[in-house]
Amino acid sequence: MTMHLEELHQLADDRRRELEGFAHHILVCTSLGCPKNKEIIAAFRQALTNSEAGEKVLVRKVGCMGLCAAGPVVLILPEEIYYQKVAPGDAAEIVSALGREPVQRLLLPSDLPFFTRQYKNVLALFGRIDPESLEDYLAAGGYEAAVTTITRMRPTEVIRSIDKSGLRGRGGAGYPTGLKWSTVAKAQGKKKYVVCNADEGDPGAFMDRAILESTPHALLEGILIAAYAVGADCAYIYVRAEYPLAVRRLKRAIREALRANLLGTAICGSAFSLTIQIRLGAGAFVCGEETALIASVEGGRGVPRPRPPYPAEKGLWGRPTLINNVETLANVPGIIQRGADWFAGLGTEKSKGTKVFALTGTINNAGLIEVPMGMTLREIVEEIGGGIPGGHTFKAVQTGGPSGGCIPAEHLDTPVSYENLSALGSIMGSGGMIVMDETTSMVDIVTYFMAFSMEESCGKCVPCRVGTAQMHTLLKKFQTRTAIDDDLTTLESLCHLVRNTSLCGLGQSAPNPVLSTLNYFRPEYLERITGPVDPCRQEEKQ
Amino acid sequence: MTAAQILTLTIDGKHVSGLAHETLLQVALENDIAIPTLCCLEGLSNQGSCRLCMVEIAGTTKPQPACVTLIQEGMVVITQSENLRTYRRTIIELLFSERNHICAVCVANEHCELQTLARDLGVDHISFPGRYPALPVDASHDRFVLDHNRCILCTRCVRVCAEIEGAHTWDIQGRGIRSLITADFNSPWGQSTTCTSCGKCVQVCPTGALFEKGRSVAEMLKKRPSLPYLVSNRTREQQ
Amino acid sequence: MPASQPDQSATDKRWKTINLVMQRHDHRPEALIETLHAAQEAFGFLDPETLAYIATQLDVPPAKVYGVTTFYNHFNCSPRGEHFLEICTGTACHVKGTDRIAAWAQEKYGLEPGQTTADNRLSMVEVRCVGACALAPVIITDGTLIGAKTIAETTDLIEEWLHDDAP
Repeated sequence: MTMHLEELHQLADDRRRELEGFAHHILVCTSLGCPKNKEIIAAFRQALTNSEAGEKVLVRKVGCMGLCAAGPVVLILPEEIYYQKVAPGDAAEIVSALGREPVQRLLLPSDLPFFTRQYKNVLALFGRIDPESLEDYLAAGGYEAAVTTITRMRPTEVIRSIDKSGLRGRGGAGYPTGLKWSTVAKAQGKKKYVVCNADEGDPGAFMDRAILESTPHALLEGILIAAYAVGADCAYIYVRAEYPLAVRRLKRAIREALRANLLGTAICGSAFSLTIQIRLGAGAFVCGEETALIASVEGGRGVPRPRPPYPAEKGLWGRPTLINNVETLANVPGIIQRGADWFAGLGTEKSKGTKVFALTGTINNAGLIEVPMGMTLREIVEEIGGGIPGGHTFKAVQTGGPSGGCIPAEHLDTPVSYENLSALGSIMGSGGMIVMDETTSMVDIVTYFMAFSMEESCGKCVPCRVGTAQMHTLLKKFQTRTAIDDDLTTLESLCHLVRNTSLCGLGQSAPNPVLSTLNYFRPEYLERITGPVDPCRQEEKQ
Repeated sequence: MTAAQILTLTIDGKHVSGLAHETLLQVALENDIAIPTLCCLEGLSNQGSCRLCMVEIAGTTKPQPACVTLIQEGMVVITQSENLRTYRRTIIELLFSERNHICAVCVANEHCELQTLARDLGVDHISFPGRYPALPVDASHDRFVLDHNRCILCTRCVRVCAEIEGAHTWDIQGRGIRSLITADFNSPWGQSTTCTSCGKCVQVCPTGALFEKGRSVAEMLKKRPSLPYLVSNRTREQQ
Repeated sequence: MPASQPDQSATDKRWKTINLVMQRHDHRPEALIETLHAAQEAFGFLDPETLAYIATQLDVPPAKVYGVTTFYNHFNCSPRGEHFLEICTGTACHVKGTDRIAAWAQEKYGLEPGQTTADNRLSMVEVRCVGACALAPVIITDGTLIGAKTIAETTDLIEEWLHDDAP
């Protein structure tokens, strides 16, 4: 079956008209972060059958609405009324209030800075469409960018546009996406692959999970455009097995897209064909590293290999392979649709566009947010995040997970960008932002991260395999207050060895949490030294 | 095949040349410039895992492994510096701290690559606490023994068995600090259904982790087979 | 190595799905991880016979199959108890004290993470971040996610859950 643009428009129009036929929409978040959503939906349906207006109201399951801390969240359209902490028992009351004064005790003010200070691009359709409905995505303008690209643009034009937008890899390293695409496009060889890295292993990060659960078609659309641009006819999505709901929705989305000829052969009547397959991860953080990811897709141990050759040249089965993270690809349809200039107009000089963050830890408005690059950490933590609960004070924000660092209060006014976060000894990472108050011990959190790196080290190279284990032993001594002065020297020299000689990014960045806290919170280490302390070293930091 | 391009470069101030597909390590060895290695062995695939052959290349910020870095025209390489020596010493110390390396009672004493490197690099103490893991010894094979306590996970045995012998009896189980060499489905070596008892793994092992039965302290002298010879001979025979 | 599927009569249906996965990949070695997923889904764990069968079918050396199986945290080689408790060890959960839940379970049930009680009633594991960080501290009881509670409330819920269907 071949489907053309007109037919897609027809599908979209039909769905739009269908949706407009209802006086009210009750949107219920069905993401992992809002439990009991099945019961809530059932309760709404029940309440509607008992109500006169029942037929004029549509209950829809949608993706993440962002403010997980207030979940389960329900949104009433067209009034834009958010209800928080909704229980199945509240359904009847909410239904009877439709078109009247909203239920005050459940009301979540929609003028909260959490909503107003964000700029939604990747998250634009979050909580607005049914993740399991292709028609919903089409009705919202979905696949327009992909079909335009495939039927009306040349691959070089697409790459130029991505290049001009300034989009950089959202998985952590921030490599320019346009450059990566053009390298793969230019690489020798007929057979090429696209691999989407959805192995979101950073503890404290759930941006990719939310994208997969809320707008799976947006990811497929991004992959379509990328595959067309680099000349690949086969793509893999490598997803964590720990995300069963995401996997289910993704599988369904692929089936729907195949049926509509948005995937498969001769897509929308063009000469372009693409198959997308899912590969399940099996619990190995190191598989986020691109060469390890390739090894895993090939069915082996997820062990990295030295680069060069880079995957762009020799990747999956030795063929040129484009590896992009979920959020990177989810940004692509927007750039094609709204133009590279629009995207390049957002953010800072070198970090363009918006970034999705998973804001968690000891913070009032824990959840998923999207802000333009260049917003300060303070605005994110204090305004959008609503500050620290329970009268506690801010101590540090951790970005970049086990590869990142802890940023103290004195640097809260730093605008978020790849460069600024690196300059502070942390990294942008994939977007986990964990806020910690004064009750969190930095030595404890660093020991936690080192245990993580040690357990996730693949064991191939000596500095990472043994170095992380020895750093963990040393940190344990600080944690239990049995360290001696020499331990600090040994720890620091070990950090430099592991950073400079490890084979892959996991080892090279494993010392980052230690180095950043030694920089900002050194007294916490010093006070745990029970043996002789070198007085000079203590003074130098005070 | 077209004639390979000849490139010139500088290693430790010495002007040298090599073919475009050669690694830094190969070119260094051809020119009698010694770079320490443990995982690398001629005839096996290179995996760049021991990180002892790290060298400094002008224009790069971090040291690079010589065994997997291809030479480039005009490269300026330093193989000996205070930094590199410190890194190499520390890596040797990490290896000694990882398992139970007791040279005095080891069959490979005086014939051990780890021990020799430690001596060459001037490792006179271990800065890290020993981890002293409780590891088994597999003596189920009638001719050979695997002692995990002396294994440094260089994977030469895994590679020689898979790439040269074609049996793939060995692999690594687990990961990270808990990695162990394993035969088949973690079977006792003697019960392996794939092992051909060729003994190549024993001969390429750089330490006393794999040895012949009946050898006492310091008696395990390895007869290193010429792997490139085996491969080229086999290829010829097949034609 | 057994070339035929072990104990075919008793487990015929479950082997069918595993064979299907291998067929879908033309029995190519690259199907190893997908097949291991299918086998674990079907049997709950991966025993030596299963691994041997998969190795033969996909023509992958036994040592490689074992190496892959033990590399990934998700695969387990021993059966699970009747109930399955997963404790999230993500950063946000760590900051909110999920290590105290593990300590509590150890005291109450004598369980280390990765173990099963002697009466086979409960298996407990620590899992990597499940991505529900905003609900920290998070635990999963037989597949049901529980979060946004205090540590004391959480441990109460675990007790309640385990008593729920007690004989």
